[in-house]
Amino acid sequence: MSETAHVHPTPRDYWQIAGVLFVITAVEVAVAYIEALDPVVAPILLTLSAAKFVLVVGWFMHLKYDLKRYRRFFYLGLAGAVLLLGGTLFTFGVLIGH
Amino acid sequence: MTSATPATIPAARTGIWGWMTTTDHKKIGLLYGVTAIVFFVVGGVEALFIRAQLALPNGEVLSADAYNQMFTMHATTMVFLVVMPLATAFINYFLPLQIGARDVAFPRLNAFSYWLFLFAGLFLTISFFVGGSPDAGWFGYAPLSTQLDEVVRMDYWALGLNTLGVASIVSSVNFITTTLTMRAPGMSLMRMPVFSWMSTIVSFLLLFSLPMVAVGLFQVYFDRNLGTLFFDAAGGGDPVLWQHLFWLFGHPEVYVLILPAMGIVSEVLPTFSRKPLFGRNFVIFSGIAIGFMGFGVWAHHMFTTGLGPVAEAAFALTTMFIAVPTGVKIFNWLGTIWGGRLQLNSSALFAIGFIFLFVIGGLSGVTHSISPADSQQHDSYYVVAHFHYVLFGGAIFGVFSGIYYWFPKVTGRLLGERLGKWNFWLMFIGMNLTFAPMHMLGLNGMPRRTYRYGEGLGFDMWNLVATVGSFVLAFGVLLFLMNAWRSYRRGEAAGDDPWDARTLEWSTTSPPPVYNFAHIPEVTAEDDFWHRKYGVDEQGRAARRDDYVPVDQSTPPPGLHLPSPSYYPILGSFGIFMMITGLVYVPWGLLATGAGAVVTLWGMFGWSMEDLVREHH
Amino acid sequence: MSEHTAVDTNAEHHADPDVVRKTAIWVFLGSEVLFFGSLISTFLLYRTRIGDGPGAEVFDIPFTSVSSFVLLMSSLTMVLAHHASTRKDWRQMRVWLLATAMLGMVFLAGQVYEFTEFVHEGLTVGTSPFGSSFFVLTGFHGAHVAVGVILLLGTAFMSFAGRFRPDEGMNVEMVGLYWHFVDIVWIAIFTIVYLLQV
Repeated sequence: MSETAHVHPTPRDYWQIAGVLFVITAVEVAVAYIEALDPVVAPILLTLSAAKFVLVVGWFMHLKYDLKRYRRFFYLGLAGAVLLLGGTLFTFGVLIGH
Repeated sequence: MTSATPATIPAARTGIWGWMTTTDHKKIGLLYGVTAIVFFVVGGVEALFIRAQLALPNGEVLSADAYNQMFTMHATTMVFLVVMPLATAFINYFLPLQIGARDVAFPRLNAFSYWLFLFAGLFLTISFFVGGSPDAGWFGYAPLSTQLDEVVRMDYWALGLNTLGVASIVSSVNFITTTLTMRAPGMSLMRMPVFSWMSTIVSFLLLFSLPMVAVGLFQVYFDRNLGTLFFDAAGGGDPVLWQHLFWLFGHPEVYVLILPAMGIVSEVLPTFSRKPLFGRNFVIFSGIAIGFMGFGVWAHHMFTTGLGPVAEAAFALTTMFIAVPTGVKIFNWLGTIWGGRLQLNSSALFAIGFIFLFVIGGLSGVTHSISPADSQQHDSYYVVAHFHYVLFGGAIFGVFSGIYYWFPKVTGRLLGERLGKWNFWLMFIGMNLTFAPMHMLGLNGMPRRTYRYGEGLGFDMWNLVATVGSFVLAFGVLLFLMNAWRSYRRGEAAGDDPWDARTLEWSTTSPPPVYNFAHIPEVTAEDDFWHRKYGVDEQGRAARRDDYVPVDQSTPPPGLHLPSPSYYPILGSFGIFMMITGLVYVPWGLLATGAGAVVTLWGMFGWSMEDLVREHH
Repeated sequence: MSEHTAVDTNAEHHADPDVVRKTAIWVFLGSEVLFFGSLISTFLLYRTRIGDGPGAEVFDIPFTSVSSFVLLMSSLTMVLAHHASTRKDWRQMRVWLLATAMLGMVFLAGQVYEFTEFVHEGLTVGTSPFGSSFFVLTGFHGAHVAVGVILLLGTAFMSFAGRFRPDEGMNVEMVGLYWHFVDIVWIAIFTIVYLLQV
C-alpha cells in the first residue's frame, strides 16, 4: 500500500483481475446452490463479495495507488453506513434474530 | 508563469442577466443571503400567524387545516430555506477569501447549487397557491405524510426537500474540495480560520446525512404515488423506519444549523476582544468531535417509539456526552472575552447574546437525554422552547452577529450602530418573551401542534406573553431590514479593515475585487493578517508594525483567468424544477417531467462542452 | 463531468486539477455509499415481509448471474478505456468506452426483462414491503447505470467531436470511478439481495 509507488497496473493485470472476478462470481453462485453449505453460506458469500469489492476498488478504481485522502472519504462513508444503518437494524432486531 | 498574457476577467455584466449567469462565489453568496432573508420574512409571517392564533384560548384566526400548514411551512422554511442558506451564503462568500483562494473549486457547480435551491424553495412555496401547503410537520411522520387525504401537499414536501438535499450535497462536495485543494501556500489545515473549519465540518455532516433522508423521502413519495408499502403498517410496512431515516439526517442537521454560527462567533469574539481565540485548536477539535458524535444520537428523538431499554440507554448516554464538546466551546469563548478589551458593538452583542441563549437551549436539551423525563416532555411546548433557544437564540443570533461583522466587507459600508443596538435588544427581549414561557407551558402539559387550547387550563397568560414577545421580535427584525437598507444606501464608508481584524478576508478591499486578491497571500501563521500588522514590543504586548503597508489590490495580475459567466447552471436546474413539478401530478405531469429531463440534459451537455474560461471579444 | 477548477495561471500556487476533481468524486461516492446503504437496509428489514405475494423464490439466479457477469466485465472495459486515455490512444479509448456503454445497456435490458418476469409472477411494488424494497433498491441501481451510460456516451461523443483537451483523460477517469462504483454496489446487491435470500 505504498503511497509513492507509481507502478500502475497494465492491461494484462486488468484482464487477470477480471478473470479472478469471474471465478469468484462462479464460486458464489455454486456456494448458494450447495445445500451442505447452508449453515455457513452467509459468511462465505459475504467474504467472497468483499474480495470482489476490494479488487474493483483497489485496482480498477486505483484506490491502492492513489492519494490516501480518497481512501479516507470512501471508507468514512462505508463505516458510517455500516454503523448507523446497522444500529438502526439492531433496534428492529433484524440482524440478531437471524 | 512567465508569459505575460493579459488577464481574462469576465466583462462586468450587470442587470438580471449578469446575476443569472454569474459564477463568482461572492455574487452567489449574496444571492443565497438575500434569498434567505426573503424566506426569513415569509417564515416569520407564518410564525406570527401561529402566535396570533394561540394568543387567546379558542383562537379564531386560523382553521385547524390552515394551522397545520402554517406550522409545517414555518419549520420547513426556517430550517431549509433560511438558516441553511444563510450559512451557505457566508460559506460561499468567505470560505475562499479566508483560505486565500480566488474562487471555490467548481464555480459553475456552485451556481447550479444556488439555482436548484431557489427553484426548490419556490416549488415548496407555490404549493400554497395550488391546493394547500404541506401539513404533516417538517418531520413528515408516516403515516401522516403518506396518507392521501389531500392529494398533493406532501408530494410537494417530499420532492421539494429532496431537491434541496441534492443542492446541499452538491455544494458540500464543492466546499470540501475547496478546503482541501484550494488553500493559499502556507495555509495548513490548522492555520485555517475557525469559521472555515466549521464550514468544512458542516459540509461533511450534510454529505453523509442527506443521502439517508433522501431514501426516506423517495419512499414517502413512492408510497403516495406508486402504491409501495414502506410505511404502511396494514400492508406490513413499518412507519418507525421513516423516523429512523429522518432522524439519522435530522440530528446531524441540528449541528449543520448551529456549527456555522459557532464558527462566526469564533471569528467575532477574538476580533472585538482584541485577543486570539482562547484554546483555538480545542475549538476546532470540539467541532470535529461534535461532527462525529452528532451522528450517534439520532434515536433520542424517538424515545417514545419503544426502542427497548438497551437502545434507549445507549442513546441517552451519547446524548449526554455530546454536551461535553459543546460545553468546551462555551468556555473557550468566555476565555476569549476574559481579560480582553471588549468592544461592545452590535456584532459583539449578538455574539454574546448567542452564548447566553445557547447555554439555556443547550441545558434544556440535555434534560431530554434522560429518557424517562423525555417521555413527559415529548411533543410538548417544552421541546418547542428548547429548540427555539438553540435555533433562534443560537443559529440566528450567530448569523446576525456575522451580518454585522461582515456587512462592511461585502458592501463597503458599516451597518448603523444605533439601529443595530435597538435591533439587538428588541430581538433579545422579544426572543425571551416568546420562548421562555413555553418551558412552563410545556411542563404544564400543553401539547405541540394543536391549533387551540381551552380556557382555564392554565395556559392563557403565558400564551399571551409569548404572542406579545413574538411581535416584539418581529419588530426587531423589521428594524434590521430598515438598517440594512439605509446602510447599504448611505452608510458610513467602512474601509478595508474597519475592525482591525485577524483573518485574510480583511486584507483585501471592501468589497473585494472579482479576483479576491491581486497576489495570493503567503501564509506564515495562524491569524496571519494580524501578524502582518502587529509585532511584539519589549513588554511582550502587541504593537503595530511601523513597516506594515497594505497590499495594493487594485491591479489584477497579468495572466489571470477567471471563470466566465454561464447560463447552463440555471438551465439545468430549471429542468429539474420542471421534472419535480411534473412528478407531483402523475400521470399527466410526467409529460412535464420528460420535458424537464430534456432541458436538464441540454444544460448538462452544453455545460460539458463549454470551457470554463473563455476569451472575450 | 467536465467542471474545471478556477484556473489561476498567475499564481505560484496552482491546484492540480487532477487532484481537485478526484477529491470531489471520491467525496461524492462516500455520500452515495450511505444512499445505497439506506436502500439495502430497508430491504434487509423487509426481506421476509412478503404478505400474500411471492418471496425470493421468484429470483432466477442463473439469469441474474449472467447479468452480474456482464456488469463486472463492463468494469474491465471501463478500466481499459481509462488505460488507453492515459496512453493518449484516443481511438482505443473510444472503442472501450462504447463497449462499456453497450455492456451497461445489456445489463439494463436484462433488468427490464427480469422486472417484467417478476410482475408476471405476481411480485409488484405494491404486493408486499419485500416487493417495494426490492424494486426500489434495484430500480435506483438501474437508474445509476442509466446515468452512467449517458455519461459514457457523452464522453465518447465529445471525443468524436474532436473536443480534445489536455484533460480529456481526466473525464474518462471521473466517469470510470462512477462506473466502477455502480458495479461494486451491484456486487453487494447480488450477494445480499439475491444469493443470500434463495
